[in-house]
This record gives sequence, structure tokens and C-alpha cells, in this order.
Amino acid sequence: MVEPQKLRRKPKERLHERIIRRLLFLSAALSVITMLAILGTLVFQALSFFQEVSLLEFLTETRWTPLFQPQYFGILPLVTGTLLVATVALLVAVPIGLGTAIFLSEYAPDSVRRTIKPVLEILAGIPTVVYGYFAITYVTPQLQGIFANLRVFNALSAGLVMGLMIIPMVSSLSEDAMVAVPRLLREGAYALGARKFEVAIRVVLPAAISGVIASIILAMSRAIGETMIVSIAAGSTPRLTLNPLVSIQTMTAYITQLSLGETPFGSLEYRTIFAVGITLFIMVLAINLVGDWVKRRYWERY
Amino acid sequence: MILVAAILGVFVVAGILGFTAVTFRPAQTGQEPPGVDGLLSGTIEIDGSSTVFPITEAVAEEFLKENPRVRLNVGVSGTGGGFKRFIVGEIEINDASRPIKPSEAEQASMNGVSFLELRVAIDGIAVSVNPENDWVGYLTVEELKRIWEPGSSVSTWNDIRPEWPDIRINLYGPGTDSGTFDYFTKVIVGQEDASRADFTASENDNVLVQGISGDVNALGYFGFAYYVENSDKLKIVPIDAGDGPVTPSQQTINSGEYRPLARPIFIYVNLEALERVEVMAFVEFYLENAGELVVEVGYIPLPESVYRGSLEMLRSRA
Repeated sequence: MVEPQKLRRKPKERLHERIIRRLLFLSAALSVITMLAILGTLVFQALSFFQEVSLLEFLTETRWTPLFQPQYFGILPLVTGTLLVATVALLVAVPIGLGTAIFLSEYAPDSVRRTIKPVLEILAGIPTVVYGYFAITYVTPQLQGIFANLRVFNALSAGLVMGLMIIPMVSSLSEDAMVAVPRLLREGAYALGARKFEVAIRVVLPAAISGVIASIILAMSRAIGETMIVSIAAGSTPRLTLNPLVSIQTMTAYITQLSLGETPFGSLEYRTIFAVGITLFIMVLAINLVGDWVKRRYWERY
Repeated sequence: MILVAAILGVFVVAGILGFTAVTFRPAQTGQEPPGVDGLLSGTIEIDGSSTVFPITEAVAEEFLKENPRVRLNVGVSGTGGGFKRFIVGEIEINDASRPIKPSEAEQASMNGVSFLELRVAIDGIAVSVNPENDWVGYLTVEELKRIWEPGSSVSTWNDIRPEWPDIRINLYGPGTDSGTFDYFTKVIVGQEDASRADFTASENDNVLVQGISGDVNALGYFGFAYYVENSDKLKIVPIDAGDGPVTPSQQTINSGEYRPLARPIFIYVNLEALERVEVMAFVEFYLENAGELVVEVGYIPLPESVYRGSLEMLRSRA
């Protein structure tokens, strides 16, 4: 015979569960809704911008001077600025990051691993504004000793410091990927007479390549979206150039300059924020999609 | 169940805290007469030009010595940035390195903000090169225009004068938000904001000084006060406006000989705020002491008569 208390408790529990479920769903939905709202604002304002400035000019004009007279609205200088700094950063972060990952996964004894990993995390935790300040007050003067015509604002210092910042991203994720490669593969290679370095580079790395590429793609998106370092150290001169020794401006730094400046709300100059913003968004999205595709293509299941 | 209660509880507490914070804000104005100890009190919000900032800061420092209970918040959002806040009545005083634009004045009157324009000093714009630059003796206004106009074809020193070296010229100047930029482009190039875009721009004059002093082929412009502060790291360029090269100095700027790169700088005061005792006291103090303090920070004082005239006008409104 069923006891009356148990019967009475059931409806109350179902309500409890429903509320919890709804609250948790709301939390998840909040992120999606926010993203859609941001995207919506970007698209709406950017469309309003493109009613006055032709898409052709935006994509092909080689000058970006919305705040000067006469005004030119070519995005290329800002895109090259962003890519220039990001390239320098990756040239620093990928070799060092991968090297660190290989060392930690293949060579390092446990005690060394346990000390190096937290130190790398600290690198990742330093506020970007500190990195930017470090670039302009220390790195640039030091580099001016090597490159005599390095200007006070330049892509090189900003890129180097940015590279430092994203090393942990590359090393951490690549190392995770390499450690996940089963020991059997390594042991097989050793059995065939391979040296340690050969095993690391020709057996483990290819096996982990999917994770390594994913880490590099992530680092790339981070480098492209980085704002503070470039705002402080790379300059505010939109310039179509591949010279890392001169002042340039990245897309993110431009948005900062406009947002903090005195451009009237709603004006054409103001709406350039959204045009640049949506370009940035599309770039990062494209990179991530490519990265996902590459990752899936090369993923080895063990 | 407990989880739900906890979440709701957090919201309720946050709501109560928010409500109390908004309702029981500390008194914004010092409408009360000086307190028991006879000292003025209240908060004065000031914002605006980075050029005028050193003067306002010096005045504020001195003022606070006699009136320690008054709170002075001085920001540096740039002339335009400060006006944005001023015309909606958010700040009592705006530091301005240029006169208010007609559009800004219109908006102010639409918002019911009436103001007083007070000249406080004269600022010169100094054109400088690196101390090791031994070929530039002076520059004419025409040459400056050729260097800085949009689409300029000047890229090496010998593009300006054939006898100068065939080396790339590196330009430095304030950013587009700066009142200095607005003024320089207006008087040299002829149209506000009309300038070539490939120069190293920075709102921070110290960065410009650092850049020029470290680069032999540099040429840049910024406020005269910053040149005075860093005269050991820079070489000043005399400007020829048709009557021969003139080196900027206190005397030549004041007399008008140094042209056209000398301009008056202002503070704009909200008339309604002037009805407050501490604001009136501060503005009076400003005009009384500007002559002295302006010189200390490297600017050119206006003639004594101008300050006295402003003071009289100010007091007659009270």
C-alpha cells in the first residue's frame, strides 16, 4: 500500500526540477541571446554605413582617413596593420610554444613540468595593458639599439610582446594534444630504432597535429582580436605597409580610438566603428571555421 | 529549492543596495552657505582640453590649499569630449583650446545650458625638429602647408628645399581629437581636419617629444608648453609668415609677432553653476591668479587688463 506522504511529495519535486531546468536553460540561452544581439547591432549599423559608403570603396581603397579631410574609407590599411602585428606575434609564439610543448610532453621530467606549467599560466594571466606599456617603454627603446630607424610606435614591439602573451595558448593546447597520443606509438617507434627527437617530430607531432593546429588557430584569433597592446604600442596611423618598424593602426585600435574620442554619436565617422567591427568579426569567424575544418580533417582517433 | 531561494535572495539584496545608492546619493551641490568652520564645500566637475589642463590643474592645486573641503574633479577628455559633457550640463567648467563651435553652442541652448566664455591664456604651437638636425634654419607657412596638406607629395627633406638632404622625413603630430590638431590644420592647411594621414599621431605630447628627440629626421608640432618643458631634447623651428622667421617665445607670442600658430585658450563656465558659492569662488580665483600660474606652466598670460575685465564681467553677473 502506497503511503500518503510519498504521494503528496511527488508534484512538489517535479516543480522544483522544472524551475532548476528553466533557470539553467536561461543561463545558456543568455550567452546565445547576447551574441545574437551584438551581431544584430553590428549588422544593422554596418548596413547603415554601407548606404553611404560603397562596399567597393571599402574593400579596394588603399587609404583610411575618416577623421581627416578629405575622407577615404578603405579598410585595407587597418586589415594589413592587424595582420602585420598578428604575423609577428605568431612568428614568436608558434616556434616557442611548440618547442615548449614538445619539451614538456617528450623530454621534461615530471618535476620540471610541474614548475614550468604554472609559470606559463602566469604569462597568460598578465593584464594586456601591462604588456602594452612594457612594449612601449622597454621593448621599443631596446630594439631601437638594433634597428636604428624603429619609430616610437611600431608593429614590431607590439607583435613581439603579443607573441609572448599567446605562447601559453599554443604550448598548453599543443602539449595536451601530444600527451594524448598513446604511448604505444612512441614505443613502436623506439622499437624500430628511432631517436627521441625523431619520435617527437615524426611520430608524436603528426599524430597530434589536429590539436596543434587548433591551438595555432586559437592563438591567431586571439592575436587578431587583441586590443590593448596595439592601442598603446602600435600607433594610430592607418597605413598600407608591410614595414614593421613604423607606426600603423590595427582594426581593434581604431575602434578604441573612435569609441574613446569625441566623434558625434550616429555620424558617418561613428558608424565606421561598426563597419570595422563587422569586418573583424567576419575575419575571426572565417579563421575559426577554417580551423574547425582542418581540425576535423586531420583528427586521429586512437 | 535552496538554490532558487539563494539566487532570488541575491537579486533582492542587489536591488535594495542599488535603490539606496541611487536615492541617498551624497549631496551634489554645495547650496548651503559655508559650513561651521567657514570653509567652502561642494564638488566641481571640470573636463576638456589637454592643452588647458596644466593651467587648470595648477589653479586647482592653489585653490585647494585655501579651500580644502571643495572637491575638484579635473578630466582630460579633449576639448570636444569636454564640450560633449558641458553642453548637457554634466560638468560645470570646460577647458577648451578652441572656441565653442556653433553646432555645440546650439545644442547647449537646446539643452538649456547657458555659459560664459573666458579667455585664460595664449598658447603657441611649436614646430620642432631633432637637435641634431642642422639643415633646418626656419620654415615658411607655405612650406608647412606643403608638408602637411592631404595628398602631400613631400616625402623627403629635399622635397621641401632642394638643398636639404635626400632623406625620408618622419612626421609627428597630435591625434585627430586634439584641439591642437584642429587649430594647426585650420591655420596652416586652411581647412579644419585637413591633413595628410601618414604621420605618427598621439594625443600624448610626451610621446611626440620622445619620438622626435630620438629620430634625427623627425619634424613635429605640439603645444609650446611642452617644448618649453623639453627644450633640451628638441630644436625649435622659427616660422616665417611673410615678415621673416620668428622664434616662439613668451614675448613674440604675446605681441602677435609669432604667427599664425598662437591662439587664445579658454574656459567655459556654466552660468547656472556660477550661482553656487564655491564655483563662483573658484572661477574668480582662476582669473585672479591665471596671470602668474600660466607662466609657471609655460603658457603666455594675457594682459592684466583682460583678466580684470573678465573679473568685472563675472562679478556683475553674480
